Parts: sequence; structure tokens; C-alpha cells
Amino acid sequence: MKTNRFVITVIGVDTVGIVAGVTRVMSDFGVNIIDIRQTLMEDIFTMLMIGEVKSENFVLKDFQDKMTQVGQEFKVEIRVQHEDVFKYMHRI
Amino acid sequence: MYLTSEEILETIDMVRMEHLDIRTVTMGISLRDCSHPDIDIFNQNIYEKIVGKAENLVGTAEAVEELYGIPIINKRISVTPIAIAAEACKNPDFVSVAKTLDKAAKEVGVNFIGGFSALVQKGMTDGDRRLLESIPKALSQTERVCSSVNLAGSKAGINMDAVALMGNMIKKTAELTAESDSIGCAKLVVFANAPDDNPFMAGAFHGVGEAECVINAGVSGPGVVNSALRRLKNPSLGDISEEIKKTAFKITRMGEMAAREVSQRLGVEFGVVDISLAPTPAVGDSVAEILEAMGLERCGTHGTTAALALLNDAVKKGGAMASSSVGGLSGAFIPVSEDAGMIRSVQDGALSLEKLEAMTCVCSVGLDMIAVPGDTSASTISAIIADEMAIGVINKKTTAVRLIPAVGKKVGDSVEFGGLLGSAPVMNVSAFSSEEFIKRGGRIPAPIQSLTN
Repeated sequence: MKTNRFVITVIGVDTVGIVAGVTRVMSDFGVNIIDIRQTLMEDIFTMLMIGEVKSENFVLKDFQDKMTQVGQEFKVEIRVQHEDVFKYMHRI
Repeated sequence: MYLTSEEILETIDMVRMEHLDIRTVTMGISLRDCSHPDIDIFNQNIYEKIVGKAENLVGTAEAVEELYGIPIINKRISVTPIAIAAEACKNPDFVSVAKTLDKAAKEVGVNFIGGFSALVQKGMTDGDRRLLESIPKALSQTERVCSSVNLAGSKAGINMDAVALMGNMIKKTAELTAESDSIGCAKLVVFANAPDDNPFMAGAFHGVGEAECVINAGVSGPGVVNSALRRLKNPSLGDISEEIKKTAFKITRMGEMAAREVSQRLGVEFGVVDISLAPTPAVGDSVAEILEAMGLERCGTHGTTAALALLNDAVKKGGAMASSSVGGLSGAFIPVSEDAGMIRSVQDGALSLEKLEAMTCVCSVGLDMIAVPGDTSASTISAIIADEMAIGVINKKTTAVRLIPAVGKKVGDSVEFGGLLGSAPVMNVSAFSSEEFIKRGGRIPAPIQSLTN
């Protein structure tokens, strides 16, 4: 893995506390937010965040599981993917 | 901005809505160093080698899935054709070898292992013949073993003795697995010009010119291409070709990145990315629907071959730009049972076996996952194979046949395999006999390579 940046996407109905819920997990896992955007994808609320892992003990699976749990709490879909998948697909 | 929201959302949508996936990561393992005249020692050798090489394959592929958020649907293994690796064993059949492959596959957690195979395009050795004759039992007594036989080649011609023999073996395999809709035949494919590095089943084997151990990946995405075409507003065929190319490019880039990550983590050489539009029974994830998106009322009507030619070529062009290691079959698959659009076309009377044969002249493989009546004779099956081999040999391309003579079923019935294999309506075959032609045997010579009109 070349970088330690991940793209976190939150897709679903906007409700109070989503941003707080997601950012709390990021802070717990030592993930620094380097970009955060909101947009609509076919009328569905979408939040995109780019996070950089600072902690050396970071375990991706645990982070993803925690995010899935937060997603279930707020009834939204949360994905955590390494940035390379987006870079590779769209950029030469 | 280093990543735009549109780019991120496009990728996410491909996975969420359009069934984008890496269809398979297949580890090719050479078994050439496992040979031994005692079949028990040979079996022990191959078991240890396969389990040793592939023990971390599934776990590693799953970790890469998590990293990138792209599903890797199947983790598989291909091995040196068993007819070559086991030839020194003088046992009358190789069923115990198939059982060993099955056991090794279960041990490492892969869902299929390919390579119960023989390459007999010009002639059969004694070992080749024993392997071919072992296929029905081997496939009926194992769960995860896949078998393939190369019957023809552009530089060898068509081995009609082997074609005749395989007609019988396909029938026997169907009979031995009759209680499960003849599913054994779904794990058996015959080829002309079989590729050495194909990661897709049932035809995967680790060719003799390959390295000790390699990782090949099969990337799919008919759903992504279908959605991309349907978003275009009144496109010309040139626009359609361009859109398919771009989409194939993106899919291939993603597949290559993930496959390289798997191979790097395993410390195994990276082989090829096979960019093949492999449909699944899921709605929209259909090659037939892509052809229909171009303006055909139903797949199988006049114009289908032209539309498929455009699709297959554009997929190859996009894939070849995206990766320097494109290999395997690379193009569009047209299996019937695995594609909801193909099934519908057959049921509506739009798509016949004859039209499918014409389509195989321009698709990446051949007559695939087609159910025919259970009372179809072995010689008719051999004759269908011979036709398909001729198309491959003359056009210097891979062609294949995976037919299911569904025991006890007739035209109008269907067979149910479930999962990615789907279900297949039983299709009509010609009532006229080909028996005398097949009985002649021998070899159809290799074709002339000039005077190409």
C-alpha cells in the first residue's frame, strides 16, 4: 500500500448526528480528516470524507466494522475504501 | 482537486447498483514436479503442493476486498493439465486424482479447481485417453473439480477421434449426475485454441508454458456497461463503441490494481487480467441486455451478431489500453443459463442454437451453458462440438462448447443449477443425424494460413 488515505462514503437519508457519529469513530481510530464534502446522488444524501490514518496500530477491518455499526444506527450505508481504487480507475 | 466527487460516486455506483466485481482471482499452480508412477505418491505430492501454495489465497483476497471495497466473488485454483502431470501413473483411471484435487480445494477454501484437463488437439497419448475416459466419474464424484479438453487448434486442426469420444463423455457425465439436473456437464468444457492463462471456470488450467505459480484475475461488469449505454441519449454506434471502451478501461484498471495487490501480498508472480463481460443471473447484469440497449428488440434477432462484434471488440480495446497484461479469454461471454436476458430471448423464441453458433464467431468463447434434450445422441453432441471447433480453428480464435444434455428433459423444460450457474431452458437441436460423419474419425487438417477470403 503506497498511502494511508481512505475514502469514507455515507449514503442514505440525512439525519441529525450522522457527521458527529462518523467523525467520532474517525477520531477514536486516529484517522485525520483531510477533506469532507456533501452532495446529492439521485436525490440521496451522500457525504464523502477523505481520511488519513495516523495511528500505527490501525486495523482496517475494525474501523470498517465500527463504521458499519454506526451506519446501522443511523440507517445509512457507510463504506471505507482505500483511495487507490478511485485514483486507478479514473486517472492515468 | 485530487479526487472529484463524481469520480468517487461513479465507482461506488458501479459496485452498489451495477454489480461491478472482480469475478475471480485464480492461482495457477504448476504440478509438473509432482509426477510419480505410484498414483498414491502422486496424489500426496499434488495435495501438498496445492495446499502449500494456496493456503493464504482466500484470506489474502478477502483482505484486498476489504481494502478497496470491491467484491472478489470467487477464489480459485488452476493446475497443470492432469493428463500431463499424472501420465506416468499407469492406473486405468484418474478418478482418485480428481478426488485429491477436490480435497485440496476444500482444504484451502476455493470454490473451484480447474485442470482435470488434456490437450489433444492433434492426437491422444495413452494418458490423455485415460483422463478423458475418467471425466464422467471424476465430475460425478467430486464437487469442486472442473475439467476441460482442448480438441482443436489453428495449427493442428481438429482431432475428430477426441471429438467423438467427448460426445460420449458429455452424455455419460450428464447421466451420472442426472439427479442434480446433469450439473456435471456445467463443469466440463471442450475448446479449440484454449488459452493457457484463462482464470475463468470451467476452462481454467495452468498451461505448460506458464511459471511455477501465478495470479490471474478475471474482471467482469456487464451491468456497468449496460447502465453506461442506457445513460447515452440517442447515441450513434460509434458513440456506443466509445462508451464501452471507456467503461472496459475503468473496469480493467480496477481489476489489475486489485490483482497486483493480491499477487504482491502472496509473493506470487502476477499473470494476466482477463477482462471478460461475464453475465450473472442478476437483473441488468446481462450481455443480452447490452445488445438490446443498442436497439435490438430481443437478443437473437437479425443484427445481434453485428452488435456483439462491436461489443467484443470495444471491450478488448478498452482492456488493452488499461493493462499491459491482458490475457485469457478477454471479451464478451454469451452463456445462456447465467444470463437473464439470454434466457428470456430463448423463451420468447428469439434466440436459437443456430444463432448462438453464429454469435460465437465474434464473441470471446462459444456455445456456453446450453441445455439440450436428454435424448440428444452422443454423435449429435460431437457434431455440434465439431462445428464450433471449426469456427475457432478457421478464425484463429478460442471457441468452446459447454452443453448440458439434460437427462429426462425435453424442449420447453428447464434445468435449475442455482447460484451463478443459473437456470437453462432446454433448446432444440436438429432432428437429422450426423452419426456417419462423426464415425469417420481421424483429423480435420490444419487450415491454410493464406488465401484468407
